Amino acid sequence: MSIFEYNGSALIAMVGKNCFAIASDRRLGVQLQTIATDFQRIYQIHDRLFIGLSGLATDAQTLYQRLVFRHKLYQLREERDMKPETFASLVSAILYEKRFGPYFCQPVIAGLGDEDKPFICTMDSIGAKELAKDFVVAGTSSESLYGACEAMFKPDMEPEDLFETVSQALLSSVDRDCLSGWGGHVYVVTPTEVKEQILKGRMD
Amino acid sequence: MECVFGLVGDGFAIIASDTSAVHSILVHKSNEDKVMILDSHKLMGASGEPGDRVQFTEYIQKNVALYQFRNGIPLTTAAAANFTRGELATALRKNPYFVNIILAGHDKDTEPSLYFIDYIATLHKVDKAAFGYGSYFALSIMDRHYHRGMSLEDAINLVDKCITEIRSRLVVAPPNFVIKIVDKNGAREYAWREFIKDAATGLPTT
Repeated sequence: MSIFEYNGSALIAMVGKNCFAIASDRRLGVQLQTIATDFQRIYQIHDRLFIGLSGLATDAQTLYQRLVFRHKLYQLREERDMKPETFASLVSAILYEKRFGPYFCQPVIAGLGDEDKPFICTMDSIGAKELAKDFVVAGTSSESLYGACEAMFKPDMEPEDLFETVSQALLSSVDRDCLSGWGGHVYVVTPTEVKEQILKGRMD
Repeated sequence: MECVFGLVGDGFAIIASDTSAVHSILVHKSNEDKVMILDSHKLMGASGEPGDRVQFTEYIQKNVALYQFRNGIPLTTAAAANFTRGELATALRKNPYFVNIILAGHDKDTEPSLYFIDYIATLHKVDKAAFGYGSYFALSIMDRHYHRGMSLEDAINLVDKCITEIRSRLVVAPPNFVIKIVDKNGAREYAWREFIKDAATGLPTT
């Protein structure tokens, strides 16, 4: 089994009309054994920026701690929050630093940039950025996620529609993957609020 | 094969572990205590490479004590868990420790907590956890019978159910187990479940 599939994960970020949604599954496993069904993969960096980390859980936790550290330092120096594009470049640089001994993580970054324009991107484990205008996915069920998102996505969805779309895409994809699932965790972020919701899916 | 498991009850947390020290086909001793009392209100059950287990848990124990000496107050359970994870994570890509850890603690005026820490430094706060081949049985029994806020009597019955299942279904089942508990009064040994006494003590096997 690949090291990226050791813990199991699923992540989606999707763009809507002046909003974005980022969603993950909730399973923490050790190969085929499930350890917990409430594992958090999506972290809030500041009130308009979220990062989801798929792949090896220990590296996701280490990477998150490093990123929070760097962002707090940035906040102290610049006296403002980081823009999503800047943060994506930071994550890319931190990952490439470990080019010949990488973190086994695939981040999914989603944020609201200038003029509340939603920004999403993903990158591989050595920091190759992949910007997208519609959706990005990561995790053990990424192929299923690509298919589900491609089929269900429509441009300029309102937050309620976006939430439905992301939830259905996530749940239907993880149901075909034994390493991810056990519910879902969705954040829908608009310029004014962040709505967090837990999804109940097939618990197996 | 080594088994460590633990669960959180109503105002307490329990860690149980087998007590065999095994080297290939030889059982060196069957009363090896693998649940370390980290400080007055913390327990650390560890399983894995024997040398790493002893060295790493003692290292954590001494660092937890050092913090208390330096700062005058004890570490919280969450802080101790994160410190442990940090040490494992730092060593992971240099000289990894092959130790799986279940850390239980009861901080002053709060609830008890249990942390699952993998040998590759995956940290997660949980209600029940288990490591080793015994985990296949212990986790399933706990999934069936565990609920939040169990009384001590119920929790010990559940632990005994797990031990019985491990003993009866695991091919090289460890015969003896130790159960330790941590609650607001502190961390202490609760009971031993012995099937076979050591030859050195001169007592007959049952």
